[in-house]
Amino acid sequence: MASGTTTPPVLHGPTAKEKKYDRQLRLWAASGQAALEEAHLLLVNLGSGVVGVETLKNLVLPGIGQYTILDSATVKEEDLGVNFFLDESSLGNSRGQATCKFLQELNPDVKGHFIAESVEGFISKPQSLKAYSLILVSAPIDPSILSQIQQHATETFVPLFYIHSLGFYAHFSLQLPHTWPIVDTHPDPVSTTDLRLLKPWPELLAFVKGKSAGLDDMNAHDHGHVPYLVLLLYYLEEWKKEHEGKVPSVYKEKNEFRDIVRKGMRSDNAEGGEENFEEAIAAVLKSLNEPTPTSAVKEVFNAEECKNITKDCPNFWIIASAISTFHANTSLLPLPGSLPDMKAQSSDYITLQNLYKSKARADIASVLSTVRSLEKELNRQTSIEESEVEAFCKNAGHIKLIRGRPFHVAKTGEKITWGDRAKTMVNALTDEGSLVLLYIGFLAWDLFCGGDAEKVPGTHDADGDATTLTQTARGIIAKLLTEADKELEEEELETVHEKVGQICQELARAGGAELHNISALTGGLVAQEVIKAITKQYIPVDNTCLFDGVRSVSSVLKI
Amino acid sequence: MERVEVAAAPNGVANSRQRWKYLDKMLTRSGPFSDPDTNFGDPVIQILESRKILVIGAGGLGCEILKNLALSGFKDIHVIDMDTIDVSNLNRQFLFRQADVGRPKAEVAAEFVENRVKGVKITPYCGKIQDKDDDYYRQFHIVVCGLDSIEARRWINATLVGLVDDNADSLKPLIDGGTEGFKGQAKVILPTLTSCIECQLDMHAPRPAVPLCTLATIPRQPQHCIEWAHIMAWEEERKDDILDTDDPEHITWLYQKALKRAQEFNISGVTYSMTQGVVKNIIPAIASTNAIVAASCCNEAFKIVTSTNPFLGDGNNYMMYTGDDSVYTYTWEHLKLDDCPVCGNLAKELEVGRDATLEELVAGFADRPDSQLKKPSIRSEAKSLYIQFPPGLEEATRPNLSKKLSELVEDGEEIAVTDPAFQIAFKYKIKFTS
Repeated sequence: MASGTTTPPVLHGPTAKEKKYDRQLRLWAASGQAALEEAHLLLVNLGSGVVGVETLKNLVLPGIGQYTILDSATVKEEDLGVNFFLDESSLGNSRGQATCKFLQELNPDVKGHFIAESVEGFISKPQSLKAYSLILVSAPIDPSILSQIQQHATETFVPLFYIHSLGFYAHFSLQLPHTWPIVDTHPDPVSTTDLRLLKPWPELLAFVKGKSAGLDDMNAHDHGHVPYLVLLLYYLEEWKKEHEGKVPSVYKEKNEFRDIVRKGMRSDNAEGGEENFEEAIAAVLKSLNEPTPTSAVKEVFNAEECKNITKDCPNFWIIASAISTFHANTSLLPLPGSLPDMKAQSSDYITLQNLYKSKARADIASVLSTVRSLEKELNRQTSIEESEVEAFCKNAGHIKLIRGRPFHVAKTGEKITWGDRAKTMVNALTDEGSLVLLYIGFLAWDLFCGGDAEKVPGTHDADGDATTLTQTARGIIAKLLTEADKELEEEELETVHEKVGQICQELARAGGAELHNISALTGGLVAQEVIKAITKQYIPVDNTCLFDGVRSVSSVLKI
Repeated sequence: MERVEVAAAPNGVANSRQRWKYLDKMLTRSGPFSDPDTNFGDPVIQILESRKILVIGAGGLGCEILKNLALSGFKDIHVIDMDTIDVSNLNRQFLFRQADVGRPKAEVAAEFVENRVKGVKITPYCGKIQDKDDDYYRQFHIVVCGLDSIEARRWINATLVGLVDDNADSLKPLIDGGTEGFKGQAKVILPTLTSCIECQLDMHAPRPAVPLCTLATIPRQPQHCIEWAHIMAWEEERKDDILDTDDPEHITWLYQKALKRAQEFNISGVTYSMTQGVVKNIIPAIASTNAIVAASCCNEAFKIVTSTNPFLGDGNNYMMYTGDDSVYTYTWEHLKLDDCPVCGNLAKELEVGRDATLEELVAGFADRPDSQLKKPSIRSEAKSLYIQFPPGLEEATRPNLSKKLSELVEDGEEIAVTDPAFQIAFKYKIKFTS
């Protein structure tokens, strides 16, 4: 080491890439970044073509691997008033080529491609969609082509987005593969704290016994530094002695218990209390709960795929099955092993932290051994990495399963069906907070133009087209009511008709035009969902999102 | 539909509206929710093109805001930013390139958008908002903020509230956006009429600081070790150097100090990246959240100026957004506070102990989520209690610090608190608790 105050060089300082992506790596880490860099997106860019390009902007910046823009349009004067990734020099050129070039300038790490071919021509070639890990389609598109893309996405398990941005309104639907499990959901750190206070294990209890011995006679410093966890476990043991070995379960008992802890606090000091006791008192109501799995976790345990694991099924189901066994045997989920900060001596805190870590490791080992025996039983070729089992166990209380569903493709002469969502959607019709009527407006809009950009509502006659559009929307509502076998009261139906009529007027007013602000906002939303789909981190929209820029409100519907 | 002709744009673009074909659908057609008094067509277009709009901040939100306003048909945009471009900006501040690193953000951003969108004039100012006086701010019709500093927000908020007089033009709507990771918010403030930044201050409460004694004697987390290196070790060992959190040598020194201390206490998890995050108070930031919040702000600005649809501020004034678990927004009305120190008429009640010292009161102003004043000076109705500047006055009033409040003020008396960060006095009414 050099003398004086010279700082020795850092062996593992940040790389140039880590510096550039620092602000996002703090959200999705190197694993998420690697997944982004592997991805290749296809944008099928139709209509005035802004929302898709704005989406790509938000993906090129954080370093998506590759993108391809399929766009056969030629840049016209009006494009320059709404699309930021074009300029005077682009006029008359391929819009795909020009937007590809300007997007590419945002990040030299990203590879941009364009295909200046019609979507009909492109799609008719065999395997044309094969190269892409995710597909974005912006309306209007010929419904039969959209169906083909949708079928491809379903068969090859590729996430597919269908996007509208019209005037002050926007919509996108996300079709994920049928089975979409997420381990790394990034729950709020506060909610991940499972301290297992009601099911303490012997090593933890031994530590508590040692640390709480002679509590009443401790000097002020020691008394004020007993970790709150130890205090709670100590008073719980005392409580159990008085209550036939039972812990406080109902609210009233927990209140009583809290009072007992409060009485233990010394207040004859300068602060008028003790921080560790304050922490214990505050934790009583939220920590003294039986750790029951959330409905999302139960949904995973009860899934067919979890009950019938196979030789070739994804690792997720093998681990989920092993954890489900762990839960069946212990009524517990594996301990996450993290400990919140609390007032304590450094060494006590570290000892506690190690107790939690060791217990978590023991749980992981138990799950891992089940995983290994399942692998053997099923005769699986490659064994699952230990780190994958570990990551799963740490977040076992927060895993999530999304069942991808195909979105509606509105075709003239074909009925729009709602299946098991019909009743819920009927309820949404009269729900102030739901934007289902806007969704129906977009379905009507698709039916009106049949994917032809020259025939979108409001191209010439906004008022006349609004009337037609409203008729179509009312028809969709009538069929929804029939399918759900429900009726609305006359007054309710009148209100619904009036509201959908206003939405149709506003849609026709747009005349197919995108407003840059609304497309930029929607491009932000879609890009964020693309990032979730690619990194398999955070929880994506399930499965349709609407934005109303008139009132600045949004709504997510499961269609 | 009527054809609209407007005068030639400043830098010689053909005076046809063909370029604005899409925008003009909304500017020439009324809708079911639009204001019945709006003069659609030429008059609205004239208004939009003549309105002067100020953008504060040319960072993650600012870049988006400038692009959005230029493509919303605004022609006269001004932008203020005091920062220069850093490499870690490039993952979202899309008007900047590697070659621009080190140049002023406002200047590069203005240049870029002017070149890309013909006909828009963007005037940059590279400096602090506090450099400008009331006359400067009076020239604008609307102000859009994309800032990461609560102090700057409070300053411009108080300034715009102070500009309001009997003249209707003196009321400048303030549209404010903010983001953190997958979360953000967009809000519209009509100064003196609706809830202002100061009314909403407790929604931006600072994170509670770790007690110094924890850092000094009982660290438990890697962050405690880093804060120790940052606050204590540096002061002790390198107090002649001014800590520059952008200097890799300085961060490396802190990292190694923190690492060593962590090892002494068996604490794991200190990394270079965490050191940088703690020391610079880094907030995660991504392009998509910025796009959403900035576009929402600009959508409101566009609606306010054009009356093409109702805007936030009339009723609901605040949209909160969260994107980590699906997409969730909540749009609501944050109510104006009658005792807001900036836009309210009443002094805010301040509960204090009769026996508390003036020094405790002074220190408390920094921590209270609804005041957050770091260098307060305090006057009662009768006299100066503690004045921090100039040094002479500080010395003269210092003996008051150790006095009990009951010796200095009456129960129910009003005090005025000033702070060098803000140009107004905050009014409080003392209420003794015991």
